[in-house]
Amino acid sequence: MANHTHVQNPKVDVQYRRKKNAEEMKHQIVSFTLMIFLTLIAFFAVGYEGFSAWFSVPFILLLAVVQVIFQLYYFMHMSHKGHELPALFLYGGVVVAFVTIWAFLTVVWI
Amino acid sequence: MSTLARKKGVGAVIWDYLTTVDHKKIAILYLIAGGIFFLLGGLEAMIIRIQLAVPNNDFISAGFYNEVLTMHGTTMIFLAAMPLVFAMMNAVVPIQIGARDVAFPFLNALGFWLFFFGGVFLNLSWFLGGAPDAGWTSYASLSLASPTHGIDFYVLGLQISGFGTLIGGINFLVTIINMRAPGMTYMRMPMFTWATFVTSALILFAFPPLTVGLIFMMMDRLFGGNFFDPALGGNTIIWEHLFWIFGHPEVYILVLPAFGIFSEIFATFSRKRLFGYSSMVFATVLIGFLGFMVWAHHMFTVGMGPIANAIFAVATMAIAVPTGIKIFNWLFTMWGGSIRFTTPMMYAVAFIPSFVIGGVTGVMNATAAADYQYHDSYFVVAHFHYVIVGGVVFALLAGAHYWWPKMFGKMLDEKLGKVTFWLFFIGFHLTFFIQHFLGLMGMPRRVFTFLPGQGFETGNMISTIGAFFMAAGTIVLLANVVITTVKGKRVGNDPWEDGRTLEWAVSSPAPEYNFAQTPLVRGLDAYWIEKMEGKKGLTPAEPLGDIHMPNPSILPFVISLGLFVAAFGFLFHNDHAWGTPVGVVGLLITLGAMFFRSIIDDHGFHIHKEEVMEAEKKGAGA
Repeated sequence: MANHTHVQNPKVDVQYRRKKNAEEMKHQIVSFTLMIFLTLIAFFAVGYEGFSAWFSVPFILLLAVVQVIFQLYYFMHMSHKGHELPALFLYGGVVVAFVTIWAFLTVVWI
Repeated sequence: MSTLARKKGVGAVIWDYLTTVDHKKIAILYLIAGGIFFLLGGLEAMIIRIQLAVPNNDFISAGFYNEVLTMHGTTMIFLAAMPLVFAMMNAVVPIQIGARDVAFPFLNALGFWLFFFGGVFLNLSWFLGGAPDAGWTSYASLSLASPTHGIDFYVLGLQISGFGTLIGGINFLVTIINMRAPGMTYMRMPMFTWATFVTSALILFAFPPLTVGLIFMMMDRLFGGNFFDPALGGNTIIWEHLFWIFGHPEVYILVLPAFGIFSEIFATFSRKRLFGYSSMVFATVLIGFLGFMVWAHHMFTVGMGPIANAIFAVATMAIAVPTGIKIFNWLFTMWGGSIRFTTPMMYAVAFIPSFVIGGVTGVMNATAAADYQYHDSYFVVAHFHYVIVGGVVFALLAGAHYWWPKMFGKMLDEKLGKVTFWLFFIGFHLTFFIQHFLGLMGMPRRVFTFLPGQGFETGNMISTIGAFFMAAGTIVLLANVVITTVKGKRVGNDPWEDGRTLEWAVSSPAPEYNFAQTPLVRGLDAYWIEKMEGKKGLTPAEPLGDIHMPNPSILPFVISLGLFVAAFGFLFHNDHAWGTPVGVVGLLITLGAMFFRSIIDDHGFHIHKEEVMEAEKKGAGA
């Protein structure tokens, strides 16, 4: 629809973008490290004899949700501007799927 | 190079349509294919009504009746209503938002050809051992036991055409989000565009469950699976859930565009802006959202228990609220308007009471306890024909009359149009109103005949007479199309003279590039605003320049043909040795065509500024 052709000082733009990219890179590395760490915790939770399945299954599900959020926001750039509609559709789909499964588990019993 | 106004031979025209990626030509393809399937479904309906005209009739056998009944439902929903809705969307939506085409023209063509080959595949079952015979819902407990290949044709045919629909839906979502002209904010989009947007979102979320259900069914029927066979540890109810998780949104996929079409018609022929535009948008979105929360109301008698039944009953009744908002908004649009009773407007006015009757019986059916009485009776048949014929078919007929000049450049004859309307309107109520009472008197649906002396004779005879009125109306419509095509006069941009939205600002039919200059939209009903300020055309948002166009391509046709061949192979792979090889060859055709699509760089072509100027001078008269 719109062609954004800004006529600006190209040098300023490059500097700004370099700073922005460095920041972005830092976020990605931090979240990548965290994700590795969370995966290790998940393996540990399953392997450790002291936790019963009643603890470890919901626990690793929770870790999985956190990982999905990291994936979407830091690696697939949903934290950037202009992703409002994809976010709306994503969450719309999540809500519809959740309500359906929820209904199956609580009232329908298949 | 421009192909405007150049005489071509028959072969060239056919090749043009086989390879086209132009949304206006794809709309015509959808209209023709959907129209043919509509006639086929109508023919099946006539066979049903003739068989049921008198008790103990032997016009057709019981087994054949099951096939005709199944194919009537399946054809009308998947192969007539859906593509005709897509015909309207393709013809109008890109122009309404001021775009030159949809976001993915190639995918648009692919969507059509997938639907077409899926539909043809399904109907070939008539000649290859028998059509599907387990009802359009094809419940697994019945369809797994069907001895012929009919259900396999149903599963594979709907799978292929379902891909096409999904592709079409995604295409319109991207188009409406990204291709709107400058100034066309979301809250300035015409109501039909809004309806298309919400419908496309529903397609995006509703078709995957159908795909999953059809794959399970395909595995069970053709590849030794047991998803639905309780004897082998499966669960036959899962099909019903998957089908209705898709099936309920599907009825909104059909009826929301119908609401959109009527919203345009009410505003145009009342010469007023649509009353309560923002509440209309809100109601459309809310109906779309609630549509996913109610599927189990089709299954009250399955034995889900009182809590599930109560929750789904209440959720279903909630949908009456946004629908009611819409009904009142249409009434208030007409209130105080300077109304012209053109053919589309007559359908629109007739739609309101007809659809309200269907809505009221819908709330009756939603009352779970009472539904035990209505279930599987003609009351349900009457209900859904009131919403689908009274809502969707009226809208498609109205839309066809309303946008015919925009699609073909000639007005359908108004006198014949009104004859069609009255025949169809009278026939519709004659056929289906009495069926409410047949149902309440205890006549079950899906029976091939009934006995004398149970009080069903008069009602069924009246119903059959009504069906003949509708058939007569359809024949008059066909005659009208032929007469208009042969004798009709070319019309200008705005043949109804009260057009409000952007499609009436371009020539009829629109040039292949739609807009010589992308328009600037300055409010809701953008063309009306310009007219009220005494301007002839739209305010341009860009200087006149070369226009980039996509190249035509035969690949969508080949990709779809490959799946069609593959479906044949796999359908017969248990019976004949050639089955599997043919299936593999079909898939290779599809994948090969997709491979070529990926490696060939297709940059499209430009229509040069001079050609655009010449075409505008000659054709448009703008």
